[in-house]
Amino acid sequence: MKTSSLAFSENSEISIVSKKRKRKRRFNSGRVSGIAGCTIVTCLILAAIFAKQLSPYDPSSQSGKPFSPPSAEHLLGTNDIGQDILSELVYGARISLTIGIVASIVAMVIGTTVGLLAGYYPRVLGRVLMRFVDIILIIPFLPLLILLAAYLGRSLVYTVLIIGALIWAGTARVIRSQVLTIVKQDYVLAARTIGASDLHIIVLHILPQVLLLAVGQFVQATSGAILLEAALSFLGLGDPLQKSWGTVLYWAQVRGVFLTPAWKWWVLPPGMLISLAALGFALMGFALEQVINPRLKNNSK
Amino acid sequence: MNPLLSVNNLTTSFNLDDGDLYAVNGIDITLHQGEILAIVGESGSGKSVSLLSVMGLIPMPPGRIEEGEVLFEGKDLLKMSYREMCRIRGNEIAMIFQDPMTSLNPVMRIGDQIGEALMLHLNMTKTRARKRAVELLELVGIPDADRRTRDYPHQFSGGMRQRVMIAMALSCEPKIIIADEPTTALDVTIQTQIINLVKRLQSELGMSVVWISHDLGIVASIADRVAVMYAGKIVEKGTVDDIFYHPRHPYTLGLLKSIPRLDSDESGQLEEIPGHAHVCFDQPSHCSFANRCEFKTERCFQEIPILYETDIGRTRSACFHWSRLSENENV
Repeated sequence: MKTSSLAFSENSEISIVSKKRKRKRRFNSGRVSGIAGCTIVTCLILAAIFAKQLSPYDPSSQSGKPFSPPSAEHLLGTNDIGQDILSELVYGARISLTIGIVASIVAMVIGTTVGLLAGYYPRVLGRVLMRFVDIILIIPFLPLLILLAAYLGRSLVYTVLIIGALIWAGTARVIRSQVLTIVKQDYVLAARTIGASDLHIIVLHILPQVLLLAVGQFVQATSGAILLEAALSFLGLGDPLQKSWGTVLYWAQVRGVFLTPAWKWWVLPPGMLISLAALGFALMGFALEQVINPRLKNNSK
Repeated sequence: MNPLLSVNNLTTSFNLDDGDLYAVNGIDITLHQGEILAIVGESGSGKSVSLLSVMGLIPMPPGRIEEGEVLFEGKDLLKMSYREMCRIRGNEIAMIFQDPMTSLNPVMRIGDQIGEALMLHLNMTKTRARKRAVELLELVGIPDADRRTRDYPHQFSGGMRQRVMIAMALSCEPKIIIADEPTTALDVTIQTQIINLVKRLQSELGMSVVWISHDLGIVASIADRVAVMYAGKIVEKGTVDDIFYHPRHPYTLGLLKSIPRLDSDESGQLEEIPGHAHVCFDQPSHCSFANRCEFKTERCFQEIPILYETDIGRTRSACFHWSRLSENENV
């Protein structure tokens, strides 16, 4: 009797230790990308917030000679009407990031709602919603995006809504699959027996359990939203009064800069910023996913 | 006296790939004020499904309530709207489940979970619901209740969680508590505690209890009346003493013989009921226990027995040959 209990406690200790070690390793693998992503995103957001202090000139007024190459006065040179490109980019961060983040918040709300409903009512409503999700997923984004943007007009609000309406489908899928397993839990049935309505169960018992998952999806979607916004603006379908990084590229293209030496300071920096922002959110999302996603958690065990 | 709950001819089926499965096949249950009724039967006999049907919690589809009525204080629960049903559940009829480890939301504080029903049904504010949750935890015997309301389910042991479940069920002072094998997942000493707790609360608060179980020992210690279910039908019902000392259905007899007894003089093996529990695809055309029965005759394979009156006062048995059981007993 004594020996068996001793063996048991030893065993459990070993398993605790190995569990700890495993958790540490998993945390580390996501950690590098997490820290890198957070740093990039934080820097960009800070730049956007303190645009006024950081930018040397007013981006909308002429501050130098047109097409002047980088110099001490204009670190990234000027554009065709003599506006300081660095200032344009710093202010552009506001627009690009805002659209990216707000659009993916929109996507998160739509995706989570659809996922919750589809998971909670899997029979009829769920099937209809998921077929709709499939359709959204297989539609080629860019042509539809262009069509919608051209049809609705060029404004910040529309850009946000259009992007949001196109990227929620992935979130809906992830949330639904999680809801399907939660609904089968005994405590959901128990909640029903105390007279909780469906809405009450969805909001109080299911939503909190998928919220973290939704946040993870949100961060990943932001990366895509920033790229989509850049694409739209580059095609001249962004709000003309709100210059984003994509808009800067659009004007560069319109003025034929791609064929002149000016591309080095006019095209390269906004392009790199767009990639950097997308990369930053993607890395953050990647790291979050490793901690949150139940499937990845099980695989690593 | 009018019964508090009367279930008449309730039939629930599940539409499965291989056909319609009749999980509950025309059962009648009556429950009076302040009484503990036990429903006994082996796994798959339809005990849980019948009570989930009463609560309107059968997943539909594939489930379907084919016919019957469930009268609670004279109103048919099966005809009620979704909203009316939400008002009945938890408020008038509450439920306790088998597995307390999974029946509590792991990410919600105990106090909030108990308060949930109070806020839903009695429109209590959060602060009042929390106060009441503390009282309820004290009522079910959880020490240091005030601090414990802020704990999460994983900080409770199995027995403690079952007490929490009971507190949740009691929260709105329902008239009926349905306990679906509430002690099955607990170890024996805790079982006794929970049984005593339910008995005490039942007599203090005067509610009625439907206790679902496959454990006849527990049923003997708690119930006033017993209904024995087999293959979706009630095969025998009567008072606890009558059923235990004078069974009038061969299935009940078989169940009783298969309990280990401390006071029996015979040593050796327990008797078992031969064969497997019957699964009802489609409506049966004869006694569903006939295949396994030691008293079977031609008639058992041709007709469906109804619940017959027997020589024991209130016992009703769905067996053509109940009199032979009574003869056996007297030998």
